[in-house]
Amino acid sequence: MAEPKMAQAENIKEKIARRVAQEMRDGFYANLGVGTPTLVANYIPAGMEVVLEAENGMLGIGPSPFEGEEDPDLINAGKETVTELPGSSYFSSADSFGMIRGGHVDLTVLGAMEVDEKGNLANWTVPGKKLMGMGGAMDLVAGAKRVIIAMEHTNKDGRPKIRKTCTLPLTGLEVVDMIVTELAVIEVTPKGLVLREVAPGVTPEAVQKVTEAKLRVAEDLKTISI
Amino acid sequence: MDKRVANADAAIEKLFDGATILVGGFGACGNPENLIAAVLRKGTKNLTTVSNNAGMVEFGLGLLLKSRQIRKMICSYPGENKFAEQQVLNHEIEIELNPQGTLVERMRAGGAGIPAFYTPTGVGTVIAEGKEVREFNGQKYLLEPCLRGDFAFIKAWKGDRWGNLVFRKTARNFNPVMATAADYVIAEVEELVELGSLDPDSIHTPGIFVNAIFQGAKYEKPIEKRIVRKRA
Repeated sequence: MAEPKMAQAENIKEKIARRVAQEMRDGFYANLGVGTPTLVANYIPAGMEVVLEAENGMLGIGPSPFEGEEDPDLINAGKETVTELPGSSYFSSADSFGMIRGGHVDLTVLGAMEVDEKGNLANWTVPGKKLMGMGGAMDLVAGAKRVIIAMEHTNKDGRPKIRKTCTLPLTGLEVVDMIVTELAVIEVTPKGLVLREVAPGVTPEAVQKVTEAKLRVAEDLKTISI
Repeated sequence: MDKRVANADAAIEKLFDGATILVGGFGACGNPENLIAAVLRKGTKNLTTVSNNAGMVEFGLGLLLKSRQIRKMICSYPGENKFAEQQVLNHEIEIELNPQGTLVERMRAGGAGIPAFYTPTGVGTVIAEGKEVREFNGQKYLLEPCLRGDFAFIKAWKGDRWGNLVFRKTARNFNPVMATAADYVIAEVEELVELGSLDPDSIHTPGIFVNAIFQGAKYEKPIEKRIVRKRA
C-alpha cells in the first residue's frame, strides 16, 4: 500500500502549496524554504511576476534545468540545480542576508515542526537526534515582512503541530503571520489564533480536534478554494 | 606585484596546526577543492574551520573530517554528512552553530573593522544564550562578535596576478566575504588571466584582499542534488 499513501502525501503537499500561492502578489520578492514551500513556485498565478530569492545569493530562480544542462555553479538554497531567468541577479551571502534581515523580502514560506498560539516557531532541530543546523531560517523569520508556515496539520503520529507552547528549540519568537495546512488557513493575531478558512467538507470542530492551541473561528469563515 | 604561486601545496606553505581557516562555498558549490586536497596531503591538525556546511562524505571539508584534521567547526548547516554527525554526537569535535546570516555578517564585520554588531536574528532562541540583548526602538537585538580567520580559502572563477577576482553565478556565496576577513587569503581560480583583461567594473573582489593566487589543477565540482526536467 506504499504507493497510494505516497500519492496521498504528494496530493496534500500540492494542496497546501496551491493555497499558499494565493498569498503571492505581483511584484513580490519571496523566499521559499525546502520541501512543500518550494512547490509554491509551481502555482504562482499566470501573468504575475514574483521574484524568488535563494539565500545562497540569487534573485530570479528559474525552473529546474533540462537534462544535460545542469550547472554546478547554479543551485538554490536546497543545493538543487536550478536555472536563471531574464532579470536574474547574483550576489554574496552578506548581501543576501542584508536583504533578508533588512526587511526587503516581502514573504517567506517555511515548513515547521511546531508553531504555537503566539506565533513562535520551531523548525530546525530535535535535540539528541540528528546533527542539524538552522541554516538561514532564523534570519528569514527575523527579517521577512511576512512569514507563512506551510505544513501538514499533524505530525507522522497524528499529534498536533499547532501547540499552546512550542516544546522544541525555537527558530524565532512571535514571528509567524499565517499557517496553511491541508485542513485550514489560520492567522496569528495578538489575541491568538484565528481560523480563517477550512478545507471543503471539514468543520471548524474537526480542525480544533487536531489543534492543541485554542482557535477562534472567524466571523466570516470561508472554505479553501484552490 | 605578483601574487601567483605555483600550486595549492605552495599556497598553504605557511599553514600551521591549530589554525582557523575560513572556507568558501555553499555545500559543494564554490568550494576551494584544490586547497582542501592540499591540506589533506600536508596533514595539518587541530584545525578550526569556518564554512556554511560540513562538506560531503567524499568531497570538500568532509575529507578533512574523515582524516580527523578538524578540531572545531563553525557553521550554519552541518547536516547530510555522516562523519560530521558521528564526530559531533560522540563529542570528538566541537561544533558552533551560527545562523547563516549571522555567520556571514560576523565575517563581513571582521573584514571591515567592526568588532561586533547587534542583530535581530536568534532573539529568544538558544543562539541568544550568554549574549547581550539590547533594545532599539522597542525591538530586541543580540550582540554578536566579529569573526576572522588566520587563513581564508577562496574559490573564484577568474583572477589575475594582482588577486582581482570574479565569481560565477551562485558559486560566489561566502567567498567574497571570507576574502576580506583573514590574515592570509588564498584564492584558487579556474582561469588565471592576464592583468588588465578583467573589466574593472565587473571585479567582485579587488586584489587588495588577496595574498596568493593560483589556477586549480582540476575541478570536480560535484552536484549534490541534481534536479532536472524533461524536455517537452
